[in-house]
Amino acid sequence: MTRARKLACVVVLVVCVTSAAANWIAPSGYAKQFRETPDAPPSHQHLLGTDEVGRDRFARVLYGTRISLLLAPAAALVSTALAALVGGLAGYLGGFWLRLARGFTDLFLSLPWLFLLITVRALLPLNVSPLTSVLITFLILGLLGWAASARVLSTSADALRNSDFILQARASGLHGPRLFLIHVLPNLTPVLYAQFWISIPVFILSEANLGILGLGVAEPLPSWGSLLRELEGLISFREEPWRLVPLLLLIVVMTSFQLLLSNEEVTA
Amino acid sequence: MLERLPSAKMQTWKITKRLTQKLATIAALVLIGGLLSATLVRMAPGFDADERQLDPSLSAESQLALRQSRAGEHDILRFYANYLRNALRGDLGTSHALGQPVQSLLRERWPVTLRVAGIGLLLAWILASTLAFIACLWRLPAFEIFGTTISGAFLCIPAAVLALLSVILNAPGYLAIALIVFPKIYRYSRNLFAKAYAMPHITAARARGLSETRILACHVLPIAGPQMIALAGITVSVALGAAIPVEALCGLPGIGQLAWQAALSRDLPLLVNLTVMVTLVTLLANSGADVMVYMLARGES
Amino acid sequence: MKINKTDLTAISRLLFCVAFLALSSAAFAQSGGELRFCLRAEPKTFDPLLVDDDSSLSIRYLTGGVLVRLNRHTQELEPQLAESWKLSKDGKQIIFKLRSGVAFSDGSPFSADDVAFTMQRLMDPALHSSTGDAFRSGSGAVTTKIMAPDQIAITFPAPIAGLDRLFDQVAIMSAHSPKKEAAVLGPFMVGEYKAGSSLLLRRNPNYWKKDSQGRRLPYLDSIRLDIQSNRDVEMLRFKRGELDLINVIDSDYFDRLAASSPGLAHDAGASLDSDFMWFNEVAAAPIPEYKRAWFRSTNFRRAVSEAINRDDLSRVVFNGHAQPAVGPVSPANKFWFDSKLKADPYRPDDALKLLQADGFRLQNGALFDKAGNAVEFSIVTNASSKPRERMAVMVQEDLGKLGIKVNVVTLDFPSLIERISQKFNYEAAMLGFRNVDLDPNGQMNIWLSSAEDHAWNPQQKAPETAWEAEIDRLMRAQASAADPKKRKESFDRVQEIVAEQAPFIYLVNQNALSAVSSAVQGADPGILSPQTFWNAERITLNPTTRASR
Repeated sequence: MTRARKLACVVVLVVCVTSAAANWIAPSGYAKQFRETPDAPPSHQHLLGTDEVGRDRFARVLYGTRISLLLAPAAALVSTALAALVGGLAGYLGGFWLRLARGFTDLFLSLPWLFLLITVRALLPLNVSPLTSVLITFLILGLLGWAASARVLSTSADALRNSDFILQARASGLHGPRLFLIHVLPNLTPVLYAQFWISIPVFILSEANLGILGLGVAEPLPSWGSLLRELEGLISFREEPWRLVPLLLLIVVMTSFQLLLSNEEVTA
Repeated sequence: MLERLPSAKMQTWKITKRLTQKLATIAALVLIGGLLSATLVRMAPGFDADERQLDPSLSAESQLALRQSRAGEHDILRFYANYLRNALRGDLGTSHALGQPVQSLLRERWPVTLRVAGIGLLLAWILASTLAFIACLWRLPAFEIFGTTISGAFLCIPAAVLALLSVILNAPGYLAIALIVFPKIYRYSRNLFAKAYAMPHITAARARGLSETRILACHVLPIAGPQMIALAGITVSVALGAAIPVEALCGLPGIGQLAWQAALSRDLPLLVNLTVMVTLVTLLANSGADVMVYMLARGES
Repeated sequence: MKINKTDLTAISRLLFCVAFLALSSAAFAQSGGELRFCLRAEPKTFDPLLVDDDSSLSIRYLTGGVLVRLNRHTQELEPQLAESWKLSKDGKQIIFKLRSGVAFSDGSPFSADDVAFTMQRLMDPALHSSTGDAFRSGSGAVTTKIMAPDQIAITFPAPIAGLDRLFDQVAIMSAHSPKKEAAVLGPFMVGEYKAGSSLLLRRNPNYWKKDSQGRRLPYLDSIRLDIQSNRDVEMLRFKRGELDLINVIDSDYFDRLAASSPGLAHDAGASLDSDFMWFNEVAAAPIPEYKRAWFRSTNFRRAVSEAINRDDLSRVVFNGHAQPAVGPVSPANKFWFDSKLKADPYRPDDALKLLQADGFRLQNGALFDKAGNAVEFSIVTNASSKPRERMAVMVQEDLGKLGIKVNVVTLDFPSLIERISQKFNYEAAMLGFRNVDLDPNGQMNIWLSSAEDHAWNPQQKAPETAWEAEIDRLMRAQASAADPKKRKESFDRVQEIVAEQAPFIYLVNQNALSAVSSAVQGADPGILSPQTFWNAERITLNPTTRASR
């Protein structure tokens, strides 16, 4: 596993450094349209070819990595924290609070949040900057993505509430927030980790889909999600396999992060 | 002095009481869900918009009639009250987008979704659980990387692409749903099993020479079980969500396809009914999971 | 060896059998079979008088019998259920002489009663039918007079320009049949409908039309229409041989198909459709006053128009399968297109001069107006159109070279409609116009300043500019003129004013691209909708080619 971790570390470093150095590695930028060569295959000038309006795909992957690599984990952190707060706390408190939280999360899971997102877009000014738009998008995703995990967490925390070590901790005088933070929350980490790692690619893909509502990354700013949307013309990918590179990159980065940062779940 | 009821009768009474409370809670939540959904749709921009407004051949009177066609839905409380009153009589309203009674639309389409999402979900659980069990039993780093990569890969592939792949390969739609849902189940279940395996008494059981199968069945599953059951409840709503792109692309005339059309055309009668149905299914699934967890806990104690 | 009489008889009989088999197999190859293609959305109605969406239009075209039909190739009107017709000089009345011996699909006879019933229903104000609204010319009722079982006069309260052509959209319904709208006069009738999945149209056994050899049309047994909104899936199924036609195909797929199977992809040239953008000039719109001032300036609009590289749009977005648009009428509309006009060329230097004439100045790569406001605006467009999104991105880059910052906002269609037609909460918009009508009279509600669809500034109490007042006058003049030449003169002038003032900045006319499988015989894709199956009654399938696909 150490070798795998080392490799994962190298991959993550390379990706972070190249995306940070995008300005130097891809000086043409992500927006310049080489209109003489749209949909071009890879070449010396364009390592991953060009997109449908002639923009350098390699540059767009580099710049898109910055956006998605920063914001998707941040949004995942928000949703995980909310799940821990709502689900974990409700399970820990039990009784009425647990029933209330469960009812609330079930309702939350069933509502058509698409309309809330449309309303949010309507409330935003049309000339909001692309960065602001994408920040708001990921924030909303984080605020909406916690319910499923909270449900599972509430069951875990409920089971922990009456476990021996918690009773012992209570008997030794530990109560309230300290008991929750020191003894309950750490035992919820398997679910919290799962929630975190699942959320990142889900949010990256959701951000792209929100483009149809006017949210998400605004043109010409790229993101992994918008690059992955290119795959929707999939029937041609055998002729254009380089279009799979953003997907492969995302898979490699996600796997590397998981290998790098997980501990007992990998070594158990 | 009050006569004490026999304990079996007391238990039955308690169970009946809990069940009634649960059903009442479900009913209340379904009603609230319907109202909230109607409110969200009503407040969202584009509610009164109809693409026919852009048709230059429509006269001013027709345009006005078009704008007023949804006047009855502006007062959301009144609309919802009427909807409930009619629903009790079996009339679920008429879809604006399709011009057909909602009841017949749902009757035709629910079985398709239940079948596709149901089989997909079952396959997802089988696949995810098998991978998670093998990862825990073998404890091979190579398999761990394999499982992480495979589940990560399918998490990263857009649902529309998986659905398209199933069309290209002539695979059934439920396979696409299975591939969309299984990575989420795998990640959770792998972590839950790993946590359970890390408990000291598992090490002790291994040291005492218990077989891995026995350890899994008698010691790991009881620990991870309640959360896995809770997860099972959640995955029902995940599968229903996955059904939307899959049905649209695979040409399956189910609820998912209907929901997408209804959302794009702000079809309030259809959307309210769909939300009520989805809320009911989600609540039943999660409540069922809660009941099972409760009974497991009672069995142990 | 000597051949005797008996042998000769046997040989000739044998030859006769062979010839008979050959002919009948050829005849077999030319009739029967099921044509398969997709509808992009669920049909909203089967009532031919309420049709408004593409899918329902296709079904009406295939099942509805009309009095006259616009030939989608020659763009000329042809008699159908009406053998002949006569327009009055004042343009208010039309008299149809109907074909005799025609029956509905259920066998009930067709007569003038049915035409009268259809027109009365169509003109019912409570119906709010867009087909009926096209006939509304003034206040007063439309009257029908049955002069004979095969002759009917229809009189309108005011003249209607191009009156006869409008009957191409009116599918005649039965006045007496118990089957109501299920009884049809067209080549096909609705057989089976599986909501969300497919629609089967069966051959109408009582269809009145016959071919030159006296065989009753249509040749096909049935048409299966699958409901499939995804174009990738549609293309895939076509390549697999599961579909016989794609009525409208995207340029990306067209080129791939043309590369792999050249004979299957058809480019019929410029269609009637156009893509365009416009600026919000509504006085009450919630946009800053200084922006409204920009949008109301003709120089500003003309500058934006000249800063857009239409050749690039045609080449990059549509792979050359589009042409720079000139104005509201496509060159494909042979009669109504004003051939004196040309598309705005790409002249960014001239565009800058136009802006400078209005007090704009370029500073450090950014454009500012005379008050010092940086020129920045948003373009809203619908998210479901990838070509339009790409065009918006290219326009963003083109205007960026002039120092104008453009934000592209894609919205779902209902939100977009609400912004551009109800709340007017937008700055610029980009949309496409699907033009099914050759006659510009159908666009009255776009050009009249008081109308709802006068997109840039609708429902004006009085025309706010002299050129809009002039357009109002010209449109009314062409609507009331009977002489087509006079009408064309008026509408040519409208096109010229639009080119001068640029209330709409026309971008491209897309080509009519379609795909037809090799198993289909007799299809002749054109530019008018329905492009590939406009002559469905004469289409045949070659079962050998179909089986081998």
